[in-house]
Amino acid sequence: MNALTLWFHKIGSPPMFYRIAGRLAPWCFGAGLLLGLTGLYGGLVRAPPDYQQGDAFRIIFIHVPCAWMGLFAYFFMAANAFIALVWRIKLSEVLAMASAPVGAAFTFITLVTGSLWGKPMWGTWWTWDARLTSELVLLFIYLGIMGLYNAIEDRRQAARAAGFLALVGVVNIPIVHFSVNWWNTLHQGSTVRLLGPSKIDAAMLWPLLLMALATHLWFFGSLLARTRVGLLELDGGKEWVRAIALADGARNHG
Amino acid sequence: MTPGSTSAACAALIRRDLTLVWRRRGDALNPILFALIVVALFPLALGPEPENLRRIAAGVVFVAILLAGLLALDTLFRGDYEDGSLEQLVLSPHPLSLLLACKIAVHWLTTALPLIVIAPLLGELLHLADPVRWVLVLALLLATPLLSLLGAVCVALTVGMHRSGMLLALLVLPLYVPVLIFGAGACNAAQATLPYLAPLLWLGAALVLALVLAPLACAAALRISLS
Repeated sequence: MNALTLWFHKIGSPPMFYRIAGRLAPWCFGAGLLLGLTGLYGGLVRAPPDYQQGDAFRIIFIHVPCAWMGLFAYFFMAANAFIALVWRIKLSEVLAMASAPVGAAFTFITLVTGSLWGKPMWGTWWTWDARLTSELVLLFIYLGIMGLYNAIEDRRQAARAAGFLALVGVVNIPIVHFSVNWWNTLHQGSTVRLLGPSKIDAAMLWPLLLMALATHLWFFGSLLARTRVGLLELDGGKEWVRAIALADGARNHG
Repeated sequence: MTPGSTSAACAALIRRDLTLVWRRRGDALNPILFALIVVALFPLALGPEPENLRRIAAGVVFVAILLAGLLALDTLFRGDYEDGSLEQLVLSPHPLSLLLACKIAVHWLTTALPLIVIAPLLGELLHLADPVRWVLVLALLLATPLLSLLGAVCVALTVGMHRSGMLLALLVLPLYVPVLIFGAGACNAAQATLPYLAPLLWLGAALVLALVLAPLACAAALRISLS
């Protein structure tokens, strides 16, 4: 076994990952909070008001990063579910199931902020256009995955079944992403592009990208924290969990 | 057909499933009655004005048939799981996806096809416009196998559970949304005398895709929940 595979197997073992995640998670949360506050300052205070929407456009700094994260979390979950189903890696099962509630939360925030933004701009809280409907379906798929995961007694079988459902639900991801291009809808097209120039002023772009980075960091912090709990639950009877529990008990009593 | 070959196994499975349905033919009527009652609720709730009903008729019939199919989904593997023949199916040397495709086909024939047959009657209850009727039947012919195939994957995931009804609805309905949009969309386009071929072609394309992929996915899901 060469050094890389060895390293990979070491990282993938629950006790090792538990320790690494415990060390990384606070940094993710801290950096996410710092970048988020900077991004919000840039977005809410420094960025100029929009020529058409005035100050109401500023909700974009929450809405768009959360929307990206809703999709990113799904992609991350599906990739891990695939790894878990094909190679039976225990850690991937836990990672996939840990990212479902976080992704669902981001999707929910997207829907709520979008609704709040829609009221002054479109004059309605909700409209059945393609982007909104597909985003709602995305939330329902997240909830279905979580429901299936919680309904099955055996944790590993539950993770595999829910992961399979996540893979089936992947069909929805391109629909959400391309809905504004495929259908002529009320929701505006994409403004920020990875390839080619963005249709947004630099003064508004940097806070937006900073917020996107912050939400990514927060996602990974939250994911790592959830994965630690998931690993403890899954390996409840194992020696390393016992050692942690004993050390914890000694600290609390001593 | 040589005994022991895959085609013989499929034929035997189809004959067995059809016989089982025939022996309990009273149960086979339930989805029809359910759809009839659901459709009958709408005039009672919205008032009997034909103009109002005609506008929503195609969509209501579509949703009623979708829900009836959803309730019937549970019977796809329930009996076989309880008497253990589902495990024998998984253990058999023949490709599981092919056997499951046969099961899904029989299930569609016995639950969805009767619903399609009474769809014009359901439409008549809501004063569905004449030219829309056949578009509705055509859309249902393309959409209901798609619903059965998608539903079978989700049923396979919940097969071991005791009270899976609500959960199954939660899993299946988000996946049904696109089918409903295109199917009912075709009917609404026909009602507005617009071209309705495009959504029907989309349904057909999705059906072809699902016919190939869904039995494989169903087999994989079944292996997970029986493991």
